[in-house]
Amino acid sequence: MGRRADKDVTITCEEVIAHVFEYLDGEIDAPRRSHIERHLEGCRACSSRTAFEKALRAGVRRRGVTEAPEARRGRLGAVLDRF
Amino acid sequence: MTKDAAGAFFRAEVERLMDRLYGTALRLTCNRADAEDLVSETVTKAWAGFSQLSDRKSFPKWIFRILVNTFISERRRARPESIEDMSLSDEESFSLFEKLHQPFLLWWSNPEQELINKLLREDIEQALSGLQEGYRTVLILVEVNGCSYAEAADILGLPVGTVRSRLNRARSMLQRMLWKQAQAAGLIAPTRDEEPTNG
Repeated sequence: MGRRADKDVTITCEEVIAHVFEYLDGEIDAPRRSHIERHLEGCRACSSRTAFEKALRAGVRRRGVTEAPEARRGRLGAVLDRF
Repeated sequence: MTKDAAGAFFRAEVERLMDRLYGTALRLTCNRADAEDLVSETVTKAWAGFSQLSDRKSFPKWIFRILVNTFISERRRARPESIEDMSLSDEESFSLFEKLHQPFLLWWSNPEQELINKLLREDIEQALSGLQEGYRTVLILVEVNGCSYAEAADILGLPVGTVRSRLNRARSMLQRMLWKQAQAAGLIAPTRDEEPTNG
C-alpha cells in the first residue's frame, strides 16, 4: 500500500481505498472516477479489494429481496384485492 | 388514465415489487409481522397519493420512499432516539478484506472470494439485524434500494455528510459482524492476534 500504480501518478492506493465505496455507489465525480479506474487497471491489490467490496455489496443487495408467500396469502393479499 | 386502468397499473406494479418491498420492510423492522404491517400501510398510503404521481416510471422509487418514510415516522413516534439520536460508535473501522487477504497466496488462492461464496443469506441477515437502527436504515437505503446519498439524506432528514459517515460506519460494523459469525461457524480460522491464550 502507499505505492502509486504504474499507469497513474496522480492517485495513491490509500486514496483509492478511502473512496472505494463512494466509487461503487456512483457517488464520485467523473474526473476522480476516471483516476480510480486508471489506477485499478494497473494495481492488482486495489482491484482485488474493489472486486471484493463489490461482491459483498451485491450479496447484501440480493438479501434485500425476500419472497413474501405468507404475506401474499394473508393481509397483503387482502390489501391488493382492493385494487 | 381511467380509474380502472390506474388500479390495474397500481396493482401490477405493487405485485411486481412485492418481494423487494417486503424484503426491505423485513430488513428495516427485523420482524415479519411488523414488515407485513409496514408494507400494508405503505400500499394504502401509496394508493391514496397515486393520483398525484405524474411520472409513472418513478413508481418504484416513489413507493420505496413511502415505505421508508412510513417506517421512520413510526419509529420516531415509538422511540424518538432510534433514528436520529443514536450514539455514535467509537469502533475502529474494520475491513473483512484486510483480515482475509493474504498477498503471498495471491496467485493460487482467493480466501476473500471463498468467504463470500460461503456466506449464507442467514449470515448477512443476522449481521444486518445486529446493526443499530440508524446504521441499518442508511445501509438498506443505499446498498439494498440503490438510493443516492442525497436521496437517502432527503428521506432521513440528515446532511449528506452524515449519511456518508453513517454508511461507512455501518459497512465497517457489518463486516466485523460477518467476520465474527464466519469464525463462529468455522468458515475461517482465528487470526494469530485473536487466538485465545492459555494462562
